[in-house]
Amino acid sequence: MKNLMLLTAFLLLSFASFCQSEKFISAMKKNISLVDSASINNKPDAFVDLANTFERIGTSEKNQWLPYYYAAYSRVNYGFMQKNPVNNDAIAEKATALINKADSLQPGNSEISCVKSMIASLQLMLNPQQRYMQYGALSDNLLKKAKEQDPSNPRPYLLKGQNLQYTPEQFGGGCKTAKPQLEIAVEKFKTFKPATEVSPYWGKSYADMLINQCK
Amino acid sequence: MKSIILFSLFLGSLSAPAQIKISGKLTDNKNKILRGASVVIKDSYDGTTTDSLGNFSFLTTEKGEHYLEVTLSGYSSYKNKISIEEKNLDQNITIKELITELNAVTITAGAFEASDKKKGTVLTSLDIVTTAGGNADITGALKTLPGSQQVGESEGLFVRGGSATESKIFIDGSLVNNFFYSSLPGLATRGRFNPFLFKGTIFSTGGYSALYGQALSAALILESADLPERTEADVNISVIGVGAGIQKLAKNKKAAWGISYNYTNLAPAFAVIKQKPDFYKTPLYHQGDANFRIKTTKGGFIKYYGYASWNRTALRTADIDSLLLKDAFEIENFNTFQNISWRENIGKGWKINTGLSFSTNKDNIMNELQDAENNKQQFSIPNGYSFKNFSLVNSAIYAQARIVMEKRLNGINAMRFGTDYFLSNEKTAYTLFNGNKFTDKVNDNLNAFFIETDLYLTRDIALKAGTRLEHSTLMNRWNIAPRVSLAYKLKDKSQVSFAYGIFYQNPERKYLPAIVTDLKYSEATHYILQYQKTSNERIFRSELFYKKYNDLFKTLPNNNGREVAANNNGYGYAKGFELFWRDKKTVKNLDYWISYSYLDTKRNYINFPGSIRPTFAATHTSSFVAKKFVLPWKTGFNASYNFATGRPYYNLGFDNTQAKYIVKEEGRTINYNSLSFSLNYLPNLGKIGKKTFSVWVLSFTNVLGQPQIYGYNYSSLNSNKQAIIPPSKRFLFIGCFLSFGIDRTQDAINNNL
Repeated sequence: MKNLMLLTAFLLLSFASFCQSEKFISAMKKNISLVDSASINNKPDAFVDLANTFERIGTSEKNQWLPYYYAAYSRVNYGFMQKNPVNNDAIAEKATALINKADSLQPGNSEISCVKSMIASLQLMLNPQQRYMQYGALSDNLLKKAKEQDPSNPRPYLLKGQNLQYTPEQFGGGCKTAKPQLEIAVEKFKTFKPATEVSPYWGKSYADMLINQCK
Repeated sequence: MKSIILFSLFLGSLSAPAQIKISGKLTDNKNKILRGASVVIKDSYDGTTTDSLGNFSFLTTEKGEHYLEVTLSGYSSYKNKISIEEKNLDQNITIKELITELNAVTITAGAFEASDKKKGTVLTSLDIVTTAGGNADITGALKTLPGSQQVGESEGLFVRGGSATESKIFIDGSLVNNFFYSSLPGLATRGRFNPFLFKGTIFSTGGYSALYGQALSAALILESADLPERTEADVNISVIGVGAGIQKLAKNKKAAWGISYNYTNLAPAFAVIKQKPDFYKTPLYHQGDANFRIKTTKGGFIKYYGYASWNRTALRTADIDSLLLKDAFEIENFNTFQNISWRENIGKGWKINTGLSFSTNKDNIMNELQDAENNKQQFSIPNGYSFKNFSLVNSAIYAQARIVMEKRLNGINAMRFGTDYFLSNEKTAYTLFNGNKFTDKVNDNLNAFFIETDLYLTRDIALKAGTRLEHSTLMNRWNIAPRVSLAYKLKDKSQVSFAYGIFYQNPERKYLPAIVTDLKYSEATHYILQYQKTSNERIFRSELFYKKYNDLFKTLPNNNGREVAANNNGYGYAKGFELFWRDKKTVKNLDYWISYSYLDTKRNYINFPGSIRPTFAATHTSSFVAKKFVLPWKTGFNASYNFATGRPYYNLGFDNTQAKYIVKEEGRTINYNSLSFSLNYLPNLGKIGKKTFSVWVLSFTNVLGQPQIYGYNYSSLNSNKQAIIPPSKRFLFIGCFLSFGIDRTQDAINNNL
């Protein structure tokens, strides 16, 4: 009887945790698909909703880094969609707090370095002339770090290519230097398999779009 | 047993989908709709984001006691216990807007700030070095702002009818007594300090904070830079000299040290650009500095900066009293300045800011009357000419200790108080043509106590009120100086500010020791009203001011015939208005500003016979500055045009029959016009990871060679008068600044991210 009790308790527990992770996975999947549609439809406000939702999931789960990752990623996207960069620092501050939470749960992750690089780029945009030396270098170093952390990750190459494409040619940017990076990204997207069904996989169509602009 | 467990499991899965709706509306205390806020049941997935009408609504499966939380950045957080039963919950929530540095009004009356971090500043640090005609001198750029005069015959900032001695300069809170190189007759000298040393500049043209004193008109408050971004070595080569330096950033990015040395010799430049005075010893400078900066674990800083320089110049000019003779003037200067400061957050909202500084200055001056062949003219009996052969040694030691405590009150309200002790020990030895030597010394111990508070009554109304209490042993009396400023934010990013304050100052060294012992402090009262409108790319500001001078020092000759402070019977006023407009928006990639100042001022001080407009005050002053960076050429083009109406000049003479000074002749100089141009070429711009970075600079002052007359010198013996003009009409500077970054990209990747 005692054994049976234990077995039942064990079953119950695993059932509960199964429920938990199923709830987590389904909530994440649902919202990640919303991230995709918000990106495609260019809806900045949707990203605020998503950032809040992911943060909520993160706070509730406590040990999952992905909700914080997506919350930060949503904040950054919201920032990039602003027409006027005046609030970039405030948005970046919020995103940094979130990505640091993800970082403490999952140190040394390539995807996290990518988002950190995007945050630096967001801050750079507030005043490129003055901030270039600080944030331009920071953003670039973070992408180098991301490449080292996971050489199979296409996103650091995509972001590097994107940054170069939007840098004036006189500063060593433009399609000429961007294209090789984007091509590596496209190659890597072909073989890249996300670790789980809710791990980051974004960027393939964006890479194709950027390459098309360079044709 | 088994069946019970199974049954309960079955029950559990059945009872799950009873959902309760939680809804409501979110507003702030002013009934403003708030969108984008996160509404959440704590520790659950359930929640939502408020929509554009401030509404929220979501379903939850949670039951029982829970916390409902609302968060929105810039607002107070909301957390309330709710009990989720069977019924839907509908509740409206109000949260309060927090007063933060980002949304609160800032007090700007009287002050121009150059900073990269703070909002609403008029200039950035880069503007200081890229303003044409400024010649990378800190005060050069400030002279294009309203309030300061285009004075070319002597150094310093002449602000709103005040003389240069009424403007004081502070580095990290410490008063810098010899900010400029020692004066040369009829020539303005440069500031000693490299503008790249500073990350923040506040130029207050009136109504400045109670933390500073002993300046009747203006304060220039400089804050030194924190840590450099990387380890690098710098070399500069230009038509006026060479220099080199290194700054080393520790691997952990918590500390840095640096040294630099500069050698300046104007001989090659003067060989090409003809100078009016005969520089028989062309200006020569040796200058070295050293620093260290340590970031403390609590985010504070310990900073040390030390500077030493030696320089000498000698020049001959035509003697004012004679057509044949010449005056030879020679000066040798040795100056040191050292400052160590510590700022720290000591917890519970307290900050400490403290510093010690020590500086020395020594001038060896020699003046000789020479004939056409440059031979010294000797005299054995006193007459008008004989006194032109003299030597003078000025030596000074200054020390300062300062401590400021700051307590953060609720929100962004703050209170500061502290004390400041300044010691000065100044000696002069004057040797006459006949070998007679006169020495004097002036010692002062200046103690100051101050308290100041920043109060934000609402987000839109801020008040800064302070008081300064000072005691100078030289004056042997106390003074108390209240200061108040207010700012009120109107709609659409504009604001109105007002500043009031009383300022005291000791007599300047030149007029000491006084012939009496019961002198009072000179006093100025400022009233400033400002309107400012700022948007991202544009700033408009206008200021009205009134300044009343009381107890200004009058001078009389002492036993040796030197003019010294005699009484406080002087008085004066300055009033006017100023406009400033900066625009980076209208023309793409063109950044320009226009400033205009109107000044009405009269004063009776030193040896003035009555209340007259001083020689350093033009009625209308205006500047136009434009900057354009052309990306494809990697080149920045900067131009500036400075204009001022003519300034008055006087021939003041002592009338023996009336036993007082009279105006023998007066007039007004021609208008001042100067067009300057500069160019910065950055060939390596934008190449990240490149180890060498170079900046080429070409600057051309007074391109059009417009005639400039700063005033007139009069002969005391005859009717001869001489225009004071710049030593050369134009000046051309070409230089190259190279930095060799020691590439630490890999370190950066490994250690710092």
